[in-house]
Amino acid sequence: MSGRSIGEVILDLADVSLSFGGVKALQNVSFNVREHEIRAIIGPNGAGKSSMLNVINGVYTPQQGRITFRGKERGKMHPHDAAALGIGRTFQSLALFKGMSVLDNIMTGRNLRMRTGLLSQAIHLGFARREELRHREFVEHIIDFLEIQAYRKTSVGRLPYGLQKRVDLGRALAMEPKLLLLDEPMAGMNLEEKADMCRFVLDVNDEFGTTIVLIEHDMGVVMDISDRVVVLDYGKKIGDGTPDEVRNSQAVIDAYLGVAH
Amino acid sequence: MTLTTLQRNWPVVALIVGVMIGAIAPLALGLSSPGFYFEVLLGGLMSGVLYSLVALGFVLIFKASGVFNFAQGAMVLFAALSLARLSEHMPLAVAFVVSVAIMAVFAWVVERFVLRHLVNQDAVVLLMATLGITYFLDGFGQLVWGSDIYRIETGLPKTPVMVLDNIFEGGILINTEDFVAAAIAALLVLALAVFFQKTSTGRALRAVADDHQAAQSIGIPLNRIWVIVWTVAGFVALVAGMIWGSKLGVQFSLSLIALKALPVVILGGFTSVPGAIIGGLIIGVGEKFAEVFLSPIAVNAFDLAGGGIENWFAYVLALVFLLVRPEGLFGEKHIDRV
Repeated sequence: MSGRSIGEVILDLADVSLSFGGVKALQNVSFNVREHEIRAIIGPNGAGKSSMLNVINGVYTPQQGRITFRGKERGKMHPHDAAALGIGRTFQSLALFKGMSVLDNIMTGRNLRMRTGLLSQAIHLGFARREELRHREFVEHIIDFLEIQAYRKTSVGRLPYGLQKRVDLGRALAMEPKLLLLDEPMAGMNLEEKADMCRFVLDVNDEFGTTIVLIEHDMGVVMDISDRVVVLDYGKKIGDGTPDEVRNSQAVIDAYLGVAH
Repeated sequence: MTLTTLQRNWPVVALIVGVMIGAIAPLALGLSSPGFYFEVLLGGLMSGVLYSLVALGFVLIFKASGVFNFAQGAMVLFAALSLARLSEHMPLAVAFVVSVAIMAVFAWVVERFVLRHLVNQDAVVLLMATLGITYFLDGFGQLVWGSDIYRIETGLPKTPVMVLDNIFEGGILINTEDFVAAAIAALLVLALAVFFQKTSTGRALRAVADDHQAAQSIGIPLNRIWVIVWTVAGFVALVAGMIWGSKLGVQFSLSLIALKALPVVILGGFTSVPGAIIGGLIIGVGEKFAEVFLSPIAVNAFDLAGGGIENWFAYVLALVFLLVRPEGLFGEKHIDRV
């Protein structure tokens, strides 16, 4: 990979446990994410990957464990607090704003960076408009980057699945996140769409230097693009290391292929 | 529109044709003089504007939070009471600003003590909660502001003006106050449309309306958005209350116009701002026409005791809409995966 250099630990999870009633979704999971790296969380269905992502994103608060992001330990928080700290995300099942155009969807990602308040938008239109234009420029840059120029004004509900996934990514990128969470970015895609998405993920990492955490249950793609991989199974961490290390780990092979008892 | 889309949407086409025939028939059949016809039309449009404003409050809150806010009528009454009583002590403009502030505080209280605790509950639970708010607000309003009939003095001339009397025999009588009120309502609607479509806060509101989870993930705080939406709905309620109150006085029955706004949102679609406007106008004009032109015919033909179509016309029209086009004229069509 190109000249990016993996830096300090940006996110550290220590002994994180999460349960819903009697169901233990995560049990004493610890791992860290370093700046500029692509970190994958993989595991079979029901392994706790999505729960992990939702913990990082602030949707769930773990009953146990410490989460440190950029040197600060986090308490209970909401997803919009996580967003304010610089954590962006995409969704497995598309969660775009269906009634809006591609452009508007991505513009919503700039929401946190807009300074003008409600009143100034109503009264002091000149300043608000200049700000809007500034953000529009940034969003156009993302639209070019994701190669969706032709669909700028199209309402997202009418786009094919692969393109909707790109808009979802674009909306998260518009936040200029420090840490980008991708929830099964390749799920439900055909081979060509998968290849495109891989390219975008690598380019985002390379060009913007964004740290990426992605979850997938398809091992193939992930191994090619990740720097380090965490493997979960039944809520426990069973592997952690470079793709090669993980691929050769007996515990991981057992979890994916099953073992005779 | 191609012929096939026309065929597919035949119930809507039939309804629109029906409404148009109903609107033109009295004039075409020579049931009334043109002057009288237009006076009825204007009267209908006038009450239609008020229905639209109340319906607009419904739509705003429903869009942004999925809450069917039964309290919209009570909010109209409460806002109008505040304005009426405050304007006894201060100029109307100041009283208006203070009333807006009061509605903003009310919005904050609703979010802080009710909505925040009922996130992700069933729609029925939220509806019951707003029902509770309705009765609380009715009672609280009378407790604080009193329960007499109060006037709001807008200072506009109430004397009717005769226009177009050189074109029709008899001309048309227009109330200047009505005319100004309609203009204010139109301006408000335009401002809201610009706010929703062109500002970043408007975009955030639409985002929340579409998908709560995704909106939060990009840093839009749901709670603040709800306060904003309820404040805007309170502002719309205040304008509706002011117009109605200056015309007929502020009294308890004002809170019942919420019930008239229900058929309007069914007609226009729960999620459509233009739908609320057009729905309100159709119902306003429709019920006046039904009362003035249809009712005498029916009474004569079937030897009935009297009119009163005005009171139920809107609901029957809404019922017809529910049968042929449940999502309303402009609502989003729900295609659920099964």
